[in-house]
Amino acid sequence: MTLDLALFVVLASVIAASAIGVVVSHTIVRSAVFLLFTLIGVAFLYFLIGAEFLGAAQLIVYVGGTLVLLVFGGMLTSGGPFQTLKVRRLEWLFGGLVALAIFAALAQVSLALGQRPTTDAPLPPGAGPLGVAFLTSHLLPFEIVSVHLLVVLVGAAYLARTRKRAALGSEDSASPPNGGTP
Amino acid sequence: MLSTLDQYLPHAVAIVVAAGVAALVVFTFIGAAAFLFIWGERKVSGRIQDRLGPTRVGKFGLLQSLADGIKLVTKEDFVPAGSDKFLFRIAPFVAFCAAFTGFIALPFAQGVVAQPLNVGAFFILAVLSSEVFGVLLAGYSSANKWSLFGGVREAAQVVSYEIPRSLCVLVPVCIAGTLNLNTIATQQEGFFWNWYVFHDPFTFVAFFVFFIVATASCKRAPFDLAEAESELVSGFLTEYSGMRWSYFFLAEYASMFAMSALASILFLGGWHTGLLPFEPATAFGAILGNLVDVGVFILKGSTLVVVMMWMRWSLPRLRIDQVMSTCLEYFVPISCGLLIGVCVWQLYVPSTVAEGTKYVLAFGSLAFMGVTLVAAAKTRPTPQHAGAFAKP
Amino acid sequence: MIPLSYILILSAFLFACGVLCIATKRNAIGILMGVELVLNAANINFVAFARYVPGFQMDGQVFAVMVIVLAAAEAAVALAIILNFYNNRNTVDVDEATQLRG
Repeated sequence: MTLDLALFVVLASVIAASAIGVVVSHTIVRSAVFLLFTLIGVAFLYFLIGAEFLGAAQLIVYVGGTLVLLVFGGMLTSGGPFQTLKVRRLEWLFGGLVALAIFAALAQVSLALGQRPTTDAPLPPGAGPLGVAFLTSHLLPFEIVSVHLLVVLVGAAYLARTRKRAALGSEDSASPPNGGTP
Repeated sequence: MLSTLDQYLPHAVAIVVAAGVAALVVFTFIGAAAFLFIWGERKVSGRIQDRLGPTRVGKFGLLQSLADGIKLVTKEDFVPAGSDKFLFRIAPFVAFCAAFTGFIALPFAQGVVAQPLNVGAFFILAVLSSEVFGVLLAGYSSANKWSLFGGVREAAQVVSYEIPRSLCVLVPVCIAGTLNLNTIATQQEGFFWNWYVFHDPFTFVAFFVFFIVATASCKRAPFDLAEAESELVSGFLTEYSGMRWSYFFLAEYASMFAMSALASILFLGGWHTGLLPFEPATAFGAILGNLVDVGVFILKGSTLVVVMMWMRWSLPRLRIDQVMSTCLEYFVPISCGLLIGVCVWQLYVPSTVAEGTKYVLAFGSLAFMGVTLVAAAKTRPTPQHAGAFAKP
Repeated sequence: MIPLSYILILSAFLFACGVLCIATKRNAIGILMGVELVLNAANINFVAFARYVPGFQMDGQVFAVMVIVLAAAEAAVALAIILNFYNNRNTVDVDEATQLRG
């Protein structure tokens, strides 16, 4: 058993255990914490298989951005302190069956590949070649994603703005903190 | 070190041992740095407020942190009733692990780094930004409104300040053409006008913007809204005591140093003295030269940390809406402009002008510092001045 | 060298967990977390193939970056919608979302 493999086993068990934690947790913030461990584990998995740029991107975007947003959302919508989620037995049964079937099918396909890479493949290109690729051969998807991000920014701002107006109208709360006109 | 160990041990064991040693060194460094910075902070604040600071324990009160540490260890490990106990217990460690992991990719001298990464700058930013999670969890799990306010404020603040911080890091990275911190520092070899801070007007501004934004993302005053004592008791720290409380402080001082060290690598020439015409590592041999380099690097980082302390005890705390609008209305546009400006400068400004600007900026700021120091030395507070504040 | 199939099985497991999370959670944010798990599983596959398949090195990483960016965008919009829904209905239970009118 090589060191790579040993590290992979450790990482994989952390990832798998915390993924189970996400599913079975009773409060939304606890789920988020387990999701945090899963995402960090996946980031380190990227580092382990040599995709350093992706590992760092995963950390900064998912852990620093998305997950904080999720926890924020969980706190703002929880309705009470440490509200628990209830799941019926039957739902566990059906959901578990579906998940098990999917896992079995995917695992079957993966195992059919066998011990595929027998020799060392070259490391994937780093941040430099990736950036060049984004501006040359993969320019179109890059531009589409940029426009998509802009649309998302505008859309999220629009949704948040209507929410503020509705809250102001119904609750008659104080004026916005920066003193602007409501 | 790995190659020496390889001679005596099997390869896998050698790697594990080397990793353990590196982790131990980093951990000891963080501990020692926090130990001294806490003492330093109390001394600095004492001087600024015209008092002595700790003097009792050891010479100049140097062992004050040790005495505090012993007190904290012996305190009861208290978890408030009604809190989410699991999250409450792990929150300090999440915060500390984030700050600790940042040090893994931080080069202290040419090649003196726990794990050389090609995306070092990006990695450190990413890891340090996940420190917010510990604070958020601490605030949420305490079952205390003040803690929750602190945690939510911190999350909003750090997520917003991440944007100008990353953009400011991109400014020197644009010039260097790499994210590898080791290479970035090596490119600034030689005299101090080769440092990226003096490279052009945009990097010069970017350094100050980065430093302010880094202060904010380390939740240091004047941006310490998460623990604003006058409004929120002590924010997310309200329910914490003993060792868990001190882990937050370890994390805070560690991330302060990591940020300052990142600033000194990106802008201030890293471990290069900027004054010597030769490289210590080549002139004095590998071990002694690297020791000198590490010393210079730690000195630069600590100087910036002391500036952060100086800011903390000189400036009043901002309000939360002021903090947010400072970021979104000033720092984000400014840093976007800096990034565009530095690209344009690289492409269109002739090299003679660029060289000239470099010297003007370097010697201009040197002259400015000299004039300020002389002026400060001339206006020593007289006894009358000092007494004026003491009168009721 | 880690065998490719091990990584694929890990990603299959994450995918199954994500599906289970989507199926069992009623909380809209919980469902969002399940979606994140599924996207991560897909991403692991992309990166693993980028590492092991010689002709796929660049494309795999580009795809993975796209997925990360789009996942962040999706989370932002979804949260804005969820917060709006919470403001109207005072709950984030997806079973309550039976009307198209806000």
